[in-house]
Amino acid sequence: MGAEGIGARIARKEDKRFITGKGRYTDDMVVPGMKHAMFVRSPHAHAKINGIDKSAALAVPGVIDVLDGQQLTEDGIGSLICGWAITSKDGSPMNMGDWRPLATGKVRYVGDAVAIVVADTRAQAREGAEKVEVDYEELPSVTDSTAAIAEGAPQIHENAPGNQIFDWELGDSTTVDAALASAAHITEMDVVNNRLIPNAMEPRAALGHYNSAEDHYTCWTTSQNPHVARLVMSAFYNVAPENKLRVIAPDVGGGFGSKIYIYPEEIVCLWASKRTDVPVKWVADRTESFMCDAHGRDHVSNIKIAFDSENRITAIKVDTLANIGAYMSLFSSATPTYLYATLLSGQYNVANIHANVRTVYTNTAPVDAYRGAGRPEACYLIERAMETAARELGVDPAELRRKNFITEFPHQTPVIMAYDAGDFGASLDAAMQAADYSGFAARKAEAAGRGKLRGIGLSCYIEACGIAPSQAVGSLGAGVGLWESAEVRVNAVGTIEVLTGSHSHGQGHETTFAQLVADRLGVGIDTVSIVHGDTDKVQMGMGTYGSRSGAVGMSAISVALDRVEAKAKKIAAHLLEADEADIVIEGGELKVAGTDKTLPWFQMALAAYTAHNLPEGMEPGLKETAFFDPANFTFPAGCYICEVEVDPDTGVTDVIQFVAADDFGTIINPMIVEGQVHGGVAQGIGQALLEGCAYDPQSGQLLTASYMDYTMPRADDLPSIDVSTTKTESPSNPLGMKGCGEAGAIGSPPAVINAITDAIGNNDLTMPATPQAVWAAING
Amino acid sequence: MASISMTVNGREVSGDAEDRTLLVEFLRNNLGLTGTHVGCDTSQCGACVVHVDGEAVKSCTMLAAQAAGSAVTTIEGLAAGGELHPVQKAFHENHGLQCGFCTPGMIMAATDMIRRHGASLDEKTVREELEGNICRCTGYHNIVKSILAAANEMGGAQQAAE
Ligand code: FES
Ligand code: FES
Repeated sequence: MGAEGIGARIARKEDKRFITGKGRYTDDMVVPGMKHAMFVRSPHAHAKINGIDKSAALAVPGVIDVLDGQQLTEDGIGSLICGWAITSKDGSPMNMGDWRPLATGKVRYVGDAVAIVVADTRAQAREGAEKVEVDYEELPSVTDSTAAIAEGAPQIHENAPGNQIFDWELGDSTTVDAALASAAHITEMDVVNNRLIPNAMEPRAALGHYNSAEDHYTCWTTSQNPHVARLVMSAFYNVAPENKLRVIAPDVGGGFGSKIYIYPEEIVCLWASKRTDVPVKWVADRTESFMCDAHGRDHVSNIKIAFDSENRITAIKVDTLANIGAYMSLFSSATPTYLYATLLSGQYNVANIHANVRTVYTNTAPVDAYRGAGRPEACYLIERAMETAARELGVDPAELRRKNFITEFPHQTPVIMAYDAGDFGASLDAAMQAADYSGFAARKAEAAGRGKLRGIGLSCYIEACGIAPSQAVGSLGAGVGLWESAEVRVNAVGTIEVLTGSHSHGQGHETTFAQLVADRLGVGIDTVSIVHGDTDKVQMGMGTYGSRSGAVGMSAISVALDRVEAKAKKIAAHLLEADEADIVIEGGELKVAGTDKTLPWFQMALAAYTAHNLPEGMEPGLKETAFFDPANFTFPAGCYICEVEVDPDTGVTDVIQFVAADDFGTIINPMIVEGQVHGGVAQGIGQALLEGCAYDPQSGQLLTASYMDYTMPRADDLPSIDVSTTKTESPSNPLGMKGCGEAGAIGSPPAVINAITDAIGNNDLTMPATPQAVWAAING
Repeated sequence: MASISMTVNGREVSGDAEDRTLLVEFLRNNLGLTGTHVGCDTSQCGACVVHVDGEAVKSCTMLAAQAAGSAVTTIEGLAAGGELHPVQKAFHENHGLQCGFCTPGMIMAATDMIRRHGASLDEKTVREELEGNICRCTGYHNIVKSILAAANEMGGAQQAAE
């Protein structure tokens, strides 16, 4: 592997700028003549707009203009799209309501953007926004998904009768029902997956700059995928043709899904810049982030698992109602369908699975993919039900799981996915050993002596990552391909630039991608620069989400490196008068195997560019491109074990121990992988114990719109986390990687809740398991 | 508008600002010191922590005018003479940061914490004292590790000097 190659635990190259205050985020960008924007947002969950009076706002000193949806429509700016078409089981297309970047006619959630105010300073823009008089006629609203599909619920979009977007199914209900009918035991549960607000620490921001002299737009924005932003803003929102629009996502302070989507604000800032002929910057304050960033989860489900008399699973049947919010965000339809129901087999060998999913509009912020996206919901459902089944059947939860594990690969599940590799027993063993599972009874007894209820909970998760392959997702309704691109440029002095369509917003690509190059060529990582996040520099890319940057993004680099190496070897063979097949690349040199003939890497590079003496017919230069589209998803999997102590007097839960054993396939940098697991587990423990988005059911007001109301996990809420890995390589990409970004958030919530319900002896507990909820569950 | 003067990272600076201008706005907008971040509007996240006269302060809770005449240190001024501060070094070596957005505030808060507790700092105290700093990326695991490593190194160095 070499000191800096694949598998090396090295500190990150990009750290220097962040620890010295030299990181450059969108809000740090300044363009000459730049002005500031504030959005006028709906204070109502549901209302008609009867008119907008801008006169008082326009009179505020410093205010340059106030622009509304009418003007935006007149300028031909398009409506926001959902990029994944889902067909209902009756064959009808999904009922997608119109989402204007600035609302016209009606507002549909608290925070819906109505107008933009551009002013000299942010304070003036804020003052102006407060003075815009919108004549609202309030309408009844609904925020809860079950209430939204009930008879007589307020209608949110005209073309979605009963607020239903689609009623979709996956799997064969006939065989599932037959298996249920002949089951020896059925475990049935109603399970709620609580609504979350992502809360990347950097609030979203956009700086739109229209240059009238060049008729060209630049947008700096907090995006996980600037190329997709450019694509949709060009192809669907009619902001500008792609060649006249540059999107730059500089340093981005965390995303977790919430910065995948192209929101109204980027579109409106670009458009407003053209209208006002000044660069326009908008930065969300935290309240806006709470109100308007796409939220996550919010499922209400019923699950039935059928077992035969040997405790083997014979069928799983799931019915889910998913809250989509007021509008369909970019991937909102895929999250509760193809990213969810396709994982309902878990790690288990199940012949019959059927899932029915209905999605519904409500007067709440749009809901879309948040770290894990669909897979945490599937995992929570399956793993809570497995633990419950073990208790009902009176068997050890670990052994019930083990008995039902898939042990042969590839394995075709009845819900589309073909698992390509794994060893679920190995991660279960690793976690049980790390957690001293067999010593739990003694620890429980000891805790009881102190008046504490101690519990242990397991979760064996699987996810589908490396989101790709293009043809497969296309056949399921995706509007885009999900390959990734890479370009490897070897400079004349031998240094290397890698241009990638992946985007790093905390994942450490500048280090890990360079490690791959170091591994292949034997050069130091300091001679390798990673270029990303700018549509003027990188031709096209699909961005970072779904734990895809390693399995898909790095694989593209790997293929481009194959091509670079092939050409480099030809040049070396020519110069060293050797056979191309005998050239090996090692330690920054090209060597003729079995001889002492060598050519330093930089000399080969120089030769490629001087072009004085190249093999006949060879073009000068050394630069190769690849677009990598894998054959399958990857399937990271693992086992998490959580041990808690509950104080029966207060209901306070203390997470005593958290053990994670993950199989991520090939690991480039273990330190970075561990960090990803820590962060994911923290979000999962946050979901299980602390976090929950709440709307007032009567007024539709967001009750959790600040850090005083929405409980973020803080350092003293969390334990240290024990992370280890087992390894089976993914055969679906050249590096054997599976992805590690989401596992923690997927696997941990059921482990925590299983531990608490084990401790308190009551299974009737929903997330977040606050002290109040736990106390109530203990005391009935 | 008033003219406000203070010492920032060892340099005398002054600038015109409205009375309502927060210290963080003055640092970012007037002085271009964008290493200090704004992560919330309720003084809860700690992304904006700087040192004012040697003590950690959330610069979003203080008016620029209140800091007039004070000595302010921001993340940009922590590395003396190009040499990384031990806390900065520890965050780098222990992977105490991912997206980097909370990092300046974390490092400034940690420096203050170590100043107050010295090498006696333990994990429980670090976790409790980080109550005012939110990180969404790291799960705090490696931040705690970084702070303990720095405390150890700085405490050790202190002892050696004594
Ligand atoms: S910005 Fe100061 S505490 Fe959040
Ligand atoms: S490193 Fe991203 S918020 Fe802390």
